Amino acid sequence: MDPIRFGEMLWLARMPILKGLGMTVSISALAIILGTLLGIFVGLSLTYGARPLRWLVRGYTDFIRGTPVLVLVLASYYVLSTVGLDLTAFQAGVLALTVFCSSHVGEILRGALQSIPKGQIEAAKAIGLTFRETFAYILGPQALRQALPAWVNTAAEMVKASTLLSIIGVSELLLRTQELISRTFMSLEFYFFAGLLYFTINYAIEHLGRYVERKTAVPS
Amino acid sequence: MPDHLLEIEDLHKSFGETEVLKGVDFTMDKGDVVSVIGSSGSGKTTLLRCINMLEEFEGGTIRIEGEVIGYTTAGGHRRRKPEKEIARQRALTGMAFQQFNLFPHMSAIDNVTLGLIKVKKLPKEEARAVAMRWLDRVGLGERAGHYPGQLSGGQQQRVAIARAIAMNPHLMLFDEVTSALDPELVNEVLQVIRSLAEDGMSMLLVTHEMRFAHEVSDIVVFMNDGVIAEMGNPREIFPNPSTRRLAEFLKTSSFN
Ligand SMILES: Nc1ncnc2c1ncn2[C@@H]1O[C@H](COP(=O)(O)OP(=O)(O)OP(=O)(O)O)[C@@H](O)[C@H]1O
Ligand SMILES: [Mg+2]
Repeated sequence: MDPIRFGEMLWLARMPILKGLGMTVSISALAIILGTLLGIFVGLSLTYGARPLRWLVRGYTDFIRGTPVLVLVLASYYVLSTVGLDLTAFQAGVLALTVFCSSHVGEILRGALQSIPKGQIEAAKAIGLTFRETFAYILGPQALRQALPAWVNTAAEMVKASTLLSIIGVSELLLRTQELISRTFMSLEFYFFAGLLYFTINYAIEHLGRYVERKTAVPS
Repeated sequence: MPDHLLEIEDLHKSFGETEVLKGVDFTMDKGDVVSVIGSSGSGKTTLLRCINMLEEFEGGTIRIEGEVIGYTTAGGHRRRKPEKEIARQRALTGMAFQQFNLFPHMSAIDNVTLGLIKVKKLPKEEARAVAMRWLDRVGLGERAGHYPGQLSGGQQQRVAIARAIAMNPHLMLFDEVTSALDPELVNEVLQVIRSLAEDGMSMLLVTHEMRFAHEVSDIVVFMNDGVIAEMGNPREIFPNPSTRRLAEFLKTSSFN
């Protein structure tokens, strides 16, 4: 390993690496945001939905959670086009990750909501709050706090899972890195560098999560 | 004839196959303090929960100040009232629970103001003033900013009582509010209830504290196996129970 040569190569490759990094961050952010929105719907349906809806959504989450993410990625790229839904690799990848994320967020939210003692719902009813109000002021705020640590984990998982999109040709960080390696043959150095970047992203996510957790902690 | 504060007629309630309330008839008037006693499983909690529509019931009527609670009957069909209407009716009564059920993510004062702001639609400032008055009244004005996790059980229960009373209910329901407390914390809560009773607050309280029931209540209701087996002034029925059931129950309940 020659640090000076690697430094030169890294400098020359700065644009593709930055583009890859940008792509990884975009994919992850999109999947986390969309997956969380969809996940909120999933979690609410699992907890409060009428029976048919609950069963439907339960089937959805169990199926998704039991499927490897790679299979979801391949399926949304190759299978959806056979039924006439032509997505770009980027769109298909984001779709797969969103679906994956939503099933996890849904489960997390359901767990958080169900962990709130029923007595609180009754106390809210007793002072005349409607269910909507109870959800807005009592259940929601507590469930969000409760769900935060697990949600941060899921967000970090999404960043890692975004690497799978390299398989369908999305030029995210891993694919860019592999392309650089095939040109420079410096596999150890570039893989290590990519690993460092992934680590940095997730480190930032986790710290942000812990910061929010501290800021919103209830005194006791 | 003016309406009674609370009027229960032939109330029936089952959980699945088990009938828990088997025809309860009962009336009380404004200012009455009524204690409900009876052995475990006799249906005391269930009765209170029906009055507040925390449980559905399949037979009988409950009226508060003449207004039928929870259900409408039209053309022989009994229908649950819309959720908004039930929410409004629930606010006619206040309820304090055995487990306090404070909202742990809100300070004491926010627990009290929530209903005032969202249900009573009071402006924030006014709600805070009302809440402070009640927190002072239960001896917790100094702790208004504390969270439930920072308060003792007795203090939490007093906040919970303030939260219910601040809504200005026409009838307060207390369900064994001291049962979850350490013995040394029981008195501070009973003292709050006692002073509310002296103020003329109408209340229906389930309790295992026989001495307290004897002291504060105008009427004691003895429930046994889903019905009211005996009721009357505690100064009359405690020394001379007319049913063997009550005599036995009183013998096994400690009076200290
Ligand atoms: N949610 C429920 N589902 C099924 N059965 C219930 C439920 N709630 C209460 N019961 C049953 O109804 C009966 C009356 O219960 P309730 O809680 O009203 O009694 P209680 O007089 O308040 O007793 P305690 O003094 O122990 O509080 C009991 O047999 C109880 O097991
Ligand atoms: Mg009970």
